[in-house]
Parts: sequence; C-alpha cells; structure tokens
Amino acid sequence: MDILAEFSENLHNGEAERVGILTGQALANGLEPRKILDDALIAGMTVIGDRFKAHEIFLPDVLMAAKAMYVGMDILKPYLIKEGISTIGKVVIGTVQGDLHDIGKNLVAIFLRGAGFEVIDLGNDVPPEKFIDTALKENAQILGMSALLTTTMPMMKKVIELAGARNVRDKFKIIVGGASLSREYAQAIGADAYCFDGMNAVDCVKRYILSK
Amino acid sequence: MINEILDIPATDIMPAMESILKGQGISQNEIPNRKTVVLAEEAIQCLMSTIRPAGILSEISRDDFAVIYRGSGMNETQAPLGRIFRAGADLAVFIVTLGKIISREISERFDNNDLAAASMLDSAASEAAEMAADYIETYYRSCLERSGRFGPSTGIMRFSPGYCGWHMNAQKELFNFLEPHRIGISLNDSLLMQPLKSISGVIVSGPKEIFRFDDSFSFCADCITHSCRDRINAIFEQDKQT
Repeated sequence: MDILAEFSENLHNGEAERVGILTGQALANGLEPRKILDDALIAGMTVIGDRFKAHEIFLPDVLMAAKAMYVGMDILKPYLIKEGISTIGKVVIGTVQGDLHDIGKNLVAIFLRGAGFEVIDLGNDVPPEKFIDTALKENAQILGMSALLTTTMPMMKKVIELAGARNVRDKFKIIVGGASLSREYAQAIGADAYCFDGMNAVDCVKRYILSK
Repeated sequence: MINEILDIPATDIMPAMESILKGQGISQNEIPNRKTVVLAEEAIQCLMSTIRPAGILSEISRDDFAVIYRGSGMNETQAPLGRIFRAGADLAVFIVTLGKIISREISERFDNNDLAAASMLDSAASEAAEMAADYIETYYRSCLERSGRFGPSTGIMRFSPGYCGWHMNAQKELFNFLEPHRIGISLNDSLLMQPLKSISGVIVSGPKEIFRFDDSFSFCADCITHSCRDRINAIFEQDKQT
C-alpha cells in the first residue's frame, strides 16, 4: 500500500496516532509538506465529507477523522510556515449571541480546515461586535454565522447591519447556516449566501475565495 | 404551594444508548461501528460519575406567571403558551441542572481535540438534562395527584423560553422568581444559563383539551423538531388505550 493510500485508510478509521506517525515518515522520506497536505490530509477529508453527505458514515466517524487530520496538520504546520505556504483563505466563524448550539458550526469548521482554509472559530454565544472586529483584525475573506434557535436567528441580521453601519460590509462575504435557516431568510437579512451543510459551506467559500 | 429544592438521582436520568446516538444523527435502524458504541458507553460512564443533578420547583399563580411570561414583551403574538397557561389549573416554574463538572469535562475534550468524545458526551448530557426536566415534571404531577388536583381528564406539559414563540428574555423574570443561584445556576448577558446543561421553564397542568394546538404558526416553520406533536399525543395517548 502506498503512503497516501495508508493516510486515507487511517483517516477513515480515525487512527490519529497512526496519521501522526505517517506524517513524520512522509516528511522523512522527502515528500513535500504541501503534497502531504493536499494529497493525503485534504484529499482524505474530502472523501470523509462526501461519505458523510451520502450518509455512509456518521458524525462520530467524521469527528474521529478530524482529530487524526489535526494531528497531521500540527506536524506539518511549521514546515508549511517555513516554506511560506499559506492557506487558501481565512474564515471567521461562530454561533450567534444567545445560542450555544454548535455541532453544525463545528462541522463546517472541520470541513473548511480539511479543505485547506484557515478557520478562526469564535465558539458560541458570540456578540455581533466580536464577529466584525475579528473578521477585520484577521483580514478574513469570509465571515460565517450559525444559529439553531428561531429566537436567535435575528442576531445574524444584527451582525450584518452592524457591518453596514461601520462601512465594512464589502470587506468580507457573509455566509449563514443552521438547521432552522433557509435561503429565503438568508436573502432577507442581506447575507451573501446560505449554506445548508458543511460540504456546501466548503463549496460556497471556495467559490468566493477562488473567484477573487 | 409547592416550593422545593430537589436532589435528582443521577441513576434516574441516565439516557439510553439509542437516544444518545440519535443526538449524533444515528437512528435506531442504523448500525454504528464499534468505536462509536464505545464512545457512547464512555459518555454514560462519565455522566454517571460527574453529574450532580438538582432542581427547583415552585408553584406560581397565573397572575405572577403572566409577568414572567411577558418578559420584555418580545413573545410571538400567537405563542400557544400565552393561551394555555391562562386556561391552566395549576402552574409551576422550574429549573434543573446537571452541575458544573460535566460542562468542564465536555470543554476539556473539545480543547484536547477529542472532538468525537466531546460531541458524544455533549449529546449524552443534553439528553440527561431533558430527562431531569422530565423528572421534575413527573414529580410535580405526582404532587398534584396526591393532593387530588390531577385526574383522568387532566393533562400536563412543560414549556421553556426560546421555544414555541416564548422569547428567551423571559429568563430574567424567571431567574428573579426562582433564585436558582441556590443550586449554582446563573444567567449570562446573552440570557444563557451557566452551567450550560440546565433547563428552565414552566409546567402547566389543566384540562387536556387546552393543550391541543397546531404546529402551523409562522415560527413553527423554523422549528426543526416539531416535538410538540409527540408531547400533545402523549397527553391523549391514555384516552386512546382505555
């Protein structure tokens, strides 16, 4: 079995320790960090995402694979920085103020990282100012918001209005998601896009960032 | 008037494996792999050793509850609870918590990138918190039965701020009334409870018919569970059997 296939198999099985060992071996064998990142970790997580979307695997499988991916990425990180290899783009993400439901948001963050994006996860119960301040400070291209409760969904509109009031609405694209949301609601509050699941969020973010 | 602090036995609110897995998006007819089952078993063990369930149950008059219900006036105009509590015979506000330790356990797992274990424990704790709220509802029902206030034509149902058109900001008044700091629960600026695995609300008891409502309100379109259907059906289930 070649090393990339071995990566893929161990990611699927959530074998974090083994993925760490393989990453070290691949580097020792002279494989370029970028190639390990793209062809092993990102490619592996893309397959995981596709299988999850097709209901072939479940949430715990994705999360175990994500842990394995993070182990590999942590090992690669200093090499990527040394070689000046940057991420595809930067995304600030969080669950809106008053809401602590974050499974969906966490999945989006995992799939975005797995697709090669840098993700700044603000967690849950995030005040509107913090979304805007962080996106500006980090020079993020995308600001992503999640809400589950119907009573907290209006906080998304507040964030968008705040960005407008501070004249920074054109500094980043705003994407929204959450089980209660719809495309119509996203349009009504002035979001740039509605993402219905983690893989859709990756496609959406890619579209915005790669089209620049 | 009932006004009690309750110690809830942890063993009475241990969720079943299938309900934890349901929280992870795995339905009863799907077969998870061995690693997933082990994670769920570990979550149950962790719950058993770390939760300190407690609750407060306090009966309240309709007039006093009207003040809590109104909050700062942001409820949906058609929220079913607005009609139901006014038609109810007995009302009690409640709050339950699993305690601080379980939230810390969940956070530690997330911080250590043990995402699957963290998420599984989070699902297990959420289910246990719901069961703690069920426990206190059942306790209230038994109190009403003992005092002759609950008969064959009586129904009981609980509601929480943030759901079914009842706005979250009712939490402030609810906290003023219940003083849940007595069992270690506080409210942050976003109206979220600390510890996170806590549930507050009102339990309404009254003629079964008052609990019938459709799930066709504008806010129902945004609801993902429509669990009100099962709760209403449960009230009338007994009538069908007899």
